[in-house]
Amino acid sequence: MEPILARHRATQDSLLPILHDVQAEFGHISEDAIRTIAEALNLTRAEVYGVVSFYHDFRSQPDPRPAIKICRAEACQARGIEALMPAIEAAAGARVRVETTYCLGLCSVGPAAMIGKDVHARLTEGSVGDLVNSL
Amino acid sequence: MTDPATGQPKITVRISDDAAALACGADAVAAAFVKAGCEVQRVSSWGMHWLEPLAEISGIGFGPITAADVPDILDGKGDAVCIGPVAAHPFITRQQRLTFARAGKTRPLSLEDYSATGGWDGLEKARSMGPQAIVQTVIDSGLRGRGGAGFPAGIKWRTVAAATGTQKYIVCNADEGDSGTFADRMVMEGDPFMLIEGMAIAAHAVGAGKGYVYIRSEYPHAIAKMQAAIAACRDRIAPFEIEVRVGAGAYVCGEETSLLNSLEGKRGEVRAKPPLPALQGLFGQPTVVNNVLTLAAVPWILSHGGAAYADYGMGRSLGTMPVQLAGNIKHGGLFEIAFGVTLGELVNDIGGGTASGRPVKAVQVGGPLGAYIPPEQFDLPFDYEAFAAADALIGHAGITVFDDTVQMAAMARFAMQFCAVESCGKCTPCRLGSTRGIETIDRIIAGENIADNVELIRDLSETMKFGSLCALGGFTPYPVMSAINHWPEDFGLPVRLAAE
Repeated sequence: MEPILARHRATQDSLLPILHDVQAEFGHISEDAIRTIAEALNLTRAEVYGVVSFYHDFRSQPDPRPAIKICRAEACQARGIEALMPAIEAAAGARVRVETTYCLGLCSVGPAAMIGKDVHARLTEGSVGDLVNSL
Repeated sequence: MTDPATGQPKITVRISDDAAALACGADAVAAAFVKAGCEVQRVSSWGMHWLEPLAEISGIGFGPITAADVPDILDGKGDAVCIGPVAAHPFITRQQRLTFARAGKTRPLSLEDYSATGGWDGLEKARSMGPQAIVQTVIDSGLRGRGGAGFPAGIKWRTVAAATGTQKYIVCNADEGDSGTFADRMVMEGDPFMLIEGMAIAAHAVGAGKGYVYIRSEYPHAIAKMQAAIAACRDRIAPFEIEVRVGAGAYVCGEETSLLNSLEGKRGEVRAKPPLPALQGLFGQPTVVNNVLTLAAVPWILSHGGAAYADYGMGRSLGTMPVQLAGNIKHGGLFEIAFGVTLGELVNDIGGGTASGRPVKAVQVGGPLGAYIPPEQFDLPFDYEAFAAADALIGHAGITVFDDTVQMAAMARFAMQFCAVESCGKCTPCRLGSTRGIETIDRIIAGENIADNVELIRDLSETMKFGSLCALGGFTPYPVMSAINHWPEDFGLPVRLAAE
């Protein structure tokens, strides 16, 4: 935690950048981390917890499984993502975490998915199955 | 560049590194050209996404291609995937590209390319003009907020310029969460210096010392490009400073007051207005909050003059709009054109109808909070006032096309569900209304007391529209009610009710 806190100003507006760094480093934001951040920024634990729980990106529980983000917004629906979901869920099983996202900005070439920072478009049952299996 | 082995000049191949191109496999294509001994330049995307990955050799385009096509193309046997001169493609020649003038032509992070194509001219001009004259130029241009609200940008700037504060801020709203939109992403990934220049001009006009670009976390490539671009031109925009801030997956943070709270390190809850952000915005100081496309239009306006920009468009919708053709459309991509073009021209003539080849049933304009529009209304001109009169909105000008397999009751339900998932929770009509909306639409879909439940949805929609603090709860009724009004049969209602 110390190196992360040292990288940022000790003011409330640093809270999101700090939380992003903590999540990237530890995979989730634990109660201990919340306590440490609250002390460093002179906030209450409730204030920090309130921010953690507000944003979809932040997790309060660890989940070490590999993850794939699937866009299920309107444009990807129009291009057939819902028909692919059974195959995606079957390939993922309990081994891979399938996360829903609303829009990756690939609305002209969907259905689209993101793994880490890698983006994938024009998904088919075959290609998305291969992606999930490669995780 | 010459090939050291043969002494012959290397063939230069231009391939985009925009996320849409990457998602379609552009890196593998680029690697294949490098392996074959070519010099590969990574440029911005032309915006013809159905042709990505698109390779350009001496102005001739090949796309969409895979690595397997590369040997044939280099042997002169690429006719099957050849589209001819890229710049002469009808999709390009029919556009009026002001904001996207460099699309496909320059390397996004090359300061050399940027300067050689008119970059920084607007900022130089602005610095020679003085703040009041800059604001007047933007007012004269008729530029309105491209994020969806359509508020005159120059008026907002004038308010901030006249306000007093210890520090003023320029906040660029790059939280492009609307499905069907990707123009902000393309600006940040393809022409980041243009956005920075627009912010620097705004800062000069209102007297701001610090700027933030708030980019959604779903756009890692845009984040990386903006950070690199800001670092590369720090001296050029000094003493103005810009910092990139990354969102955390909350759609509502695209609402300006929610975005400001998020920048301050708080929950992204909407603030009541007044006070206006222009007077009490970030950290309580006077703040310009503008969308990416608004700020990106500014360099052109400064270097060519407000009147030149206002020559484009119609009525009170002046200038050009980067329209995004998305969803089930044959020719999807970025199409910048003056306001006034009709929806039908965009969807059918330019977009080529659906990608599936089936008839178009509905288009949603303006993202998840925009109305569904049937083909019968395709003569609607792209104009803020014309859309408002038709109970629709332009929003961020994303057009999502659906073919005749779409079930509109399901889309209405999705609109309510999206609102429920993304509601910040601050106001009751949005927080509770959306969930009650899902339940009621479920009863309609199940065939329970359809007419009564549709009446209930109408009533709920009125409450959400007039009682919500921001556009999330306030505009969710647009997709819901437009679906009911235009496709009553999808809700189990007799078709004739549509006319009532």
